[in-house]
Amino acid sequence: MTTLHPFLISLFGGFCIGIAAVLMMVLLGRIAGITGIIFQSMTAPASNLWAIAFVVGLPVGALLFHSLSGTPVPAFDVPLPMIIAGGFLVGLGTRLGSGCTSGHGICGLGRLSARSIVAVCTFMLFAFLTVFLRLHGGIV
Amino acid sequence: MNLVAALACGILFGVGLAMSGMTDIERVIGFFDVFGDWDPSLAFVMGGGLLISLPFFQLVQPKLKRPVIGDIFRMPTRTDIDTRLVGGAALFGIGWGVVGLCPGPVIAALAHLDVDIIWVTLSMLAGMLVADQIDRLLDAGKASRA
Repeated sequence: MTTLHPFLISLFGGFCIGIAAVLMMVLLGRIAGITGIIFQSMTAPASNLWAIAFVVGLPVGALLFHSLSGTPVPAFDVPLPMIIAGGFLVGLGTRLGSGCTSGHGICGLGRLSARSIVAVCTFMLFAFLTVFLRLHGGIV
Repeated sequence: MNLVAALACGILFGVGLAMSGMTDIERVIGFFDVFGDWDPSLAFVMGGGLLISLPFFQLVQPKLKRPVIGDIFRMPTRTDIDTRLVGGAALFGIGWGVVGLCPGPVIAALAHLDVDIIWVTLSMLAGMLVADQIDRLLDAGKASRA
């Protein structure tokens, strides 16, 4: 695992994500849009048990990867105010914008949806601008 | 049966997120830091995902009649590009640039057993609930004008 180039490992990770999204559609007939799935499992859990099962699978999969590959879990060192503000904006924005990197990115771009193409370009641009201002603009 | 399938898909998705580096904020921020010490590796995640999803949605799925479990394919039907889509995506982008995790990796990173990830998760869920209220207000406003 450690001998492979990081680009290749990321590519294989992308394959796993793509295959999981395709399987969701082939098996359950549903778009693997994480934002929608999280929201449904939170607001109407009883009628969306499949959504809860999917959400539970995400950390199980991450745990599986780290324990089998021996790759240590990455550090997460972010000040609490940024955690709260950033987390809140991620939830607010993905819900208002009807999707995130999975629903608009992997699935929506795959469907060549105009809404998703606009959404992906917009959130990529704003993430880039935010990081630029944080690291090179002299603000947090 | 559908629970087992959904769980299996979630696990594979989670493996992919962890393997690809999407749960590593250093690499996420590095990816967006184009004018700094740019780390392009995460472009391969979207690339790898699309190499699978694009041919599937364009070539394979139109030939399928129904999913293996369940009756119909639930496809998004909206095609309008409105302020909510663009504004929401912009807010999400800002949040992603601040906290370094998008929704899938937030949940996957709960496996790190780090209290801070629980705070990200709760903040994100709060954001989603507030967005839902804003959605209702905007929809009610639209209905009353119509």
